[in-house]
Amino acid sequence: MSDYKVQFEVFEGPLDLLLYLIKKEEVDIYEVNLTKLATQFIEYVDLMRQFDLEVAGEFLVMASTLMYIKSRELLPVDQQVQVEAEEEGEDPRWELIRQLVEYKKFKDAAAQLQTLEERQENVFPRLPGKIEFHAEAEPPKPEVGIFDLLNAVNSVLKRFQDKTAGTREIYEDKWSVSEKMEFVLKTISERTSVKFSELFALAANRAEVVCTFLALLELIRLKQLACVQPEPFAEIEIGKAIAPSPSAETYTAPDPEPLVKAESAAVPAEESSAASSALEAESSESEETEDKDEDEDEYDDEDDEDDEDDEDEDEEDDADEDEDGDSDAEGDKEKPQ
Amino acid sequence: MELKFILESLLFSAQKPLSVKELRDLFATAASAEDATEEAKSLKKVKDDDVTAALEQLAADHEAAARSYRLACVAGAWQFVTQPEFSPWLKALVGVKNRPSRLSQAALETLAIIAYRQPVTRAEVEQVRGVNVDGTMQTILERGLVEQSGRAEVVGRPALYSTTPLFLEYFGLRGLEDLPAADELRRIPVEHPPAPVTVDPGLATAVPEQLKLDDAAPVKSEAVPAAEEEPPAPSSN
Repeated sequence: MSDYKVQFEVFEGPLDLLLYLIKKEEVDIYEVNLTKLATQFIEYVDLMRQFDLEVAGEFLVMASTLMYIKSRELLPVDQQVQVEAEEEGEDPRWELIRQLVEYKKFKDAAAQLQTLEERQENVFPRLPGKIEFHAEAEPPKPEVGIFDLLNAVNSVLKRFQDKTAGTREIYEDKWSVSEKMEFVLKTISERTSVKFSELFALAANRAEVVCTFLALLELIRLKQLACVQPEPFAEIEIGKAIAPSPSAETYTAPDPEPLVKAESAAVPAEESSAASSALEAESSESEETEDKDEDEDEYDDEDDEDDEDDEDEDEEDDADEDEDGDSDAEGDKEKPQ
Repeated sequence: MELKFILESLLFSAQKPLSVKELRDLFATAASAEDATEEAKSLKKVKDDDVTAALEQLAADHEAAARSYRLACVAGAWQFVTQPEFSPWLKALVGVKNRPSRLSQAALETLAIIAYRQPVTRAEVEQVRGVNVDGTMQTILERGLVEQSGRAEVVGRPALYSTTPLFLEYFGLRGLEDLPAADELRRIPVEHPPAPVTVDPGLATAVPEQLKLDDAAPVKSEAVPAAEEEPPAPSSN
């Protein structure tokens, strides 16, 4: 009994089961005794029920066809009622055998395809690398400072000044810094270097420009990107940083939440950095502890895994602070939240 | 320089399989280069047939040399591939992670029917297989092995399905004519025997005409006159 159960699993349908039964009888499809086959088939369907297998409708249709054929065979031809539709239609026996033969052929074809599939799995094409002729190594281009970048973004922002003069529009906050970071990385991964203005070519308004710019600054801070200026007064070009620092490696995906906050926080960057400098002047004693808090916040947001290393990271961040006004602003704004 | 060796050098360095047309385009490009040699110019308008013949010759040469690789034509494009027996080491080289999982029996059957009978409707596939094929169709459509190629001009305008070039690539076939036993399975259905199926006029217990599988293939339905057949033995019931 139990070996039957195993057999059921491989039947792809009633035709498959019939073929199996015919094969078991070791006869040609054309010579098979359909009445005997009908009995065996129905036995199998009964077995399927016993094993609580869901009997597919197709099996029941086939069982009824076989029953019909069997019942016809029991009566002499001259006593049979001529079914109207059948006069011009196919003999049900022939129809079934035709179907079986056809199915058998495709089943064999499927087996051949399977052989091909297995063969093809072991065939490997020759895929040579792209032939590239490297130009002589270019001399390193001068790095670009924060003020060059600010000048560049100012000239981009000028594009929107005239349009917005006199009117005010309320924008939906469509862009987030993290999205823009992905956009910048994607743009740069497609080509080796991108011109500064190209990054902003599609920007629709000031907010989007600011967003993209912040993303750019963030990526530079994370040592993912490097900005260079091929020659004096030429446009700034942005490319991948040559030697990524360890921090760039640990940076995988930005936690979207804090970055969105950072966006809203960083837009009025001037005000908050002014505030922070005022704060610094006010109490130089509390500065140390405060800074530490800020840095912890900031660092946690970026990378949770490095909690243990906080002490070390704090020092690093302290050093960074002077050059990086924006992250200061982030920290200040986040603290009250 | 022989054409076949030029082709060999191209295919050796190519990053993807190249079709005859792509190869011919390369000849045209090479001939129009500024410093093109007379020989390159002479091959500017090389014919498709010549290229194909040279490729066949090249493939035969490699076959005869019994090297570890051969020149194969898959989905109409030529490339060098390794022989299957070297797969254990090649798998170690390229890694096997990215291999798609093998197709199920049901998927292979469905695919076989579509491949031989295309374009074909879902209902026609179901008729041959005798089961519902919705799930299997979904799988092979998702894997890009078949695609919808139009609609049948019958009631309901059901979708017609055909195999894709990826199908040929997946099974390493040159084209649809390269399918095993293509002629037999293409369009010719099993023929109905012309004679009545009972021998004993009184009883309906006889089996249908005894056709061998080979007899089913011929195109003409009149090919098997009943008179020539041995009288089928009545089945014992």
